[in-house]
Amino acid sequence: MLIIKNLHARAADSEILRGIDLTVKTGEVHAVMGPNGSGKSTLAHILAGREGYEVTAGEVIYEGKDLLQMAPEERAREGIFLAFQYPVEIPGVSTTYFLKAALNSVRKHRGLAELDAMDFLALVKEKMKLVEMEQGLLNRPINEGFSGGEKKRNEIFQMALLDPKLAILDETDSGLDIDALRIVAGGVNGLRSKERAMIVITHYQRLLDYIVPDYVHVLSDGRIVKSGDKQLALELEERGYAWLEGQVQSS
Amino acid sequence: MDIAEAKDFYLARFASIEQGLADDGRSWTSEIRRAAIARFAALGFPTTRDEEWRYTNIAPIVKLPFSRGGSEEDGLTGERIGRLDLRNLAENQLVFINGHFSSELSCLGRLPNGVMAGSLAAAMSNSKAKIEPHWARYADYNGHGFVALNTALMEDGAFLFLPQGTVVEAPIHLLFIATAPDEATVSHPRSLIVMDRGSQATVVESYPGFERAVYFTNAVTEIVVGESAVLDHYKVQLESERAFHIATHQVHLERGGNFSSHSIALGGALARNDVNVALDGEGGDCTLNGLYVTTGQQHVDNHTRIDHLKPRCTSRELYKGIMGGKSKGVFNGKIYVHKAAEKTDARQTNKNLLLSEEAWIDTKPQLEIYNNDVKCSHGSTIGQLDQDALFYLRSRGIESRAAIALLTRGFVSDITGRIKSAPVTGWLEKIFAPKIEVITADKGKL
Ligand SMILES: Nc1ncnc2c1ncn2[C@@H]1O[C@H](COP(=O)(O)OP(=O)(O)O)[C@@H](O)[C@H]1O
Ligand SMILES: [Mg+2]
Repeated sequence: MLIIKNLHARAADSEILRGIDLTVKTGEVHAVMGPNGSGKSTLAHILAGREGYEVTAGEVIYEGKDLLQMAPEERAREGIFLAFQYPVEIPGVSTTYFLKAALNSVRKHRGLAELDAMDFLALVKEKMKLVEMEQGLLNRPINEGFSGGEKKRNEIFQMALLDPKLAILDETDSGLDIDALRIVAGGVNGLRSKERAMIVITHYQRLLDYIVPDYVHVLSDGRIVKSGDKQLALELEERGYAWLEGQVQSS
Repeated sequence: MDIAEAKDFYLARFASIEQGLADDGRSWTSEIRRAAIARFAALGFPTTRDEEWRYTNIAPIVKLPFSRGGSEEDGLTGERIGRLDLRNLAENQLVFINGHFSSELSCLGRLPNGVMAGSLAAAMSNSKAKIEPHWARYADYNGHGFVALNTALMEDGAFLFLPQGTVVEAPIHLLFIATAPDEATVSHPRSLIVMDRGSQATVVESYPGFERAVYFTNAVTEIVVGESAVLDHYKVQLESERAFHIATHQVHLERGGNFSSHSIALGGALARNDVNVALDGEGGDCTLNGLYVTTGQQHVDNHTRIDHLKPRCTSRELYKGIMGGKSKGVFNGKIYVHKAAEKTDARQTNKNLLLSEEAWIDTKPQLEIYNNDVKCSHGSTIGQLDQDALFYLRSRGIESRAAIALLTRGFVSDITGRIKSAPVTGWLEKIFAPKIEVITADKGKL
């Protein structure tokens, strides 16, 4: 489904990604771990189409197409979804209106009819339950005044609504207390399916107790320095990232 | 024409107007008109050396020998009016064509006893006692060349009078349509709104023009909000993209009066809009909301001045602008707290969104305070579209232009959200949509 080959990218003057190789197949869940500043969010942003990064080498193939040539909205319609590490607050733009616009553009692309107000609301309510999100948030501007936990739930709720093929979750666990983490992880697990792949980015192993990955990759200084199964996450938790930084130098 | 020729041109126009006044019982206005034209002769047109006109060069207006627009409904077919989509506001509607009142196109619903709504020219002839105490008493023809010109040359405009305690529920729409079918025309619409004690109304003043028409609207509206009266006022400037528009709203508030205004400027090649409010009675309250959206080569200048003259008055001002293309916006807002105005509570905010590299805004909030016992604040911001927000929307499948439209609408939502009248909200929603289309297209070209 997704093939990343030798991806190099820079922003401003600094080289952030220095040769990433990663292949994700339909139905798989990949965890990407790594210390702060290792390039996890940059990778997620580049996959979702954020401007401001320059890809200096390598390529990304998504379902046989050159992903890097596609506009962010095209990627979303083709089934890519990014749950942001820091969801932005957008004053003055109603959450409901936004969700309707997003859902209908994605549905249209998939050859589905636009939902009328009643069906839309029913679907929204159903998906909100998944992450126990309060319905009152729909009446507020996008993320405005939401607590950290509410923002993260909102991301997973949107993922449920838009039903992507490839979901990238960027530190969805950060800033959540244990109860909220359980709810959000429960929501994500509910969305696991044979038709959907996920890249779960996290700094801590904690999240992976709830969302058990098929593969774990460790990113350090813009490179994947180690890949393995879920055992790798546990090992990393025990030994710390310093263990792998040593490996980078020796490799 | 050069400036001297333009001046002579308007002075000559005055001579011809003055003769007509005697015939229809308006000769009592001559004295003030003469004083006004004398002031105009002395002041001339403002230049950018004048502090109040520093950012707005009116030379393009001076160059054109505008002829006097006729009252005929030339080119004003039902279809063209329909395009303006004013049905929401059709219950009480006074229509002016190139500044001339059209009784055929105007209509009024049921109004309470004693309410007067119609042509100011007619009222000047028939109801001098109602007009004379107010007309030209507020708008300053001594200091402002265009106000002087309007005062001297005005032919007609709207007159509204609400007697004590009357409440008019449905908005009263004053519609000033410029037709300018073939040649460049000028009109000097002059309106007077007098709200007697405890009365209440919603008034919409709109200035639409037809596509590509070249003309000059030089409007002045004087408003008196009597003791405890409440006026909710909307001015909507929708002139053609080649038109010139200069307007002054002069508002006089008495004790406990409440004036709330929305000044919305979407049209015009060169537009200048002054809103001046004198809080001249204790406990007066004024809210000024402004919205200007400019595209292409437009230039829109907003001036506001709030004079706190008496104690315990409140003013709230929020002006927001969106500039795209190579357009230019100006905001100049002055709050003047006079010595006697203790316990003044004044807040002023101006926020601007620049959608292109070449768009420009000059913003100048000013506060002058001559009393220590007051609460005042002001501030202005200039920003670009939030790229994180734009990316967020696009990453959910929303097309770039639609995302920009959502963000620009979001930016102005606090202004539009303050519109109290539902028919006005509905109407503005419609006229705002095509403007947003243009501005996102402007942005898309970058
Ligand atoms: N737009 C940008 N411009 C300049 N530097 C950036 C930009 N985005 C990220 N960086 C830098 O790249 C490095 C990796 O950042 P990031 O991808 O956010 O890491 P992580 O998500 O793993 O914490 C950091 O040093 C960060 O400062
Ligand atoms: Mg990050």
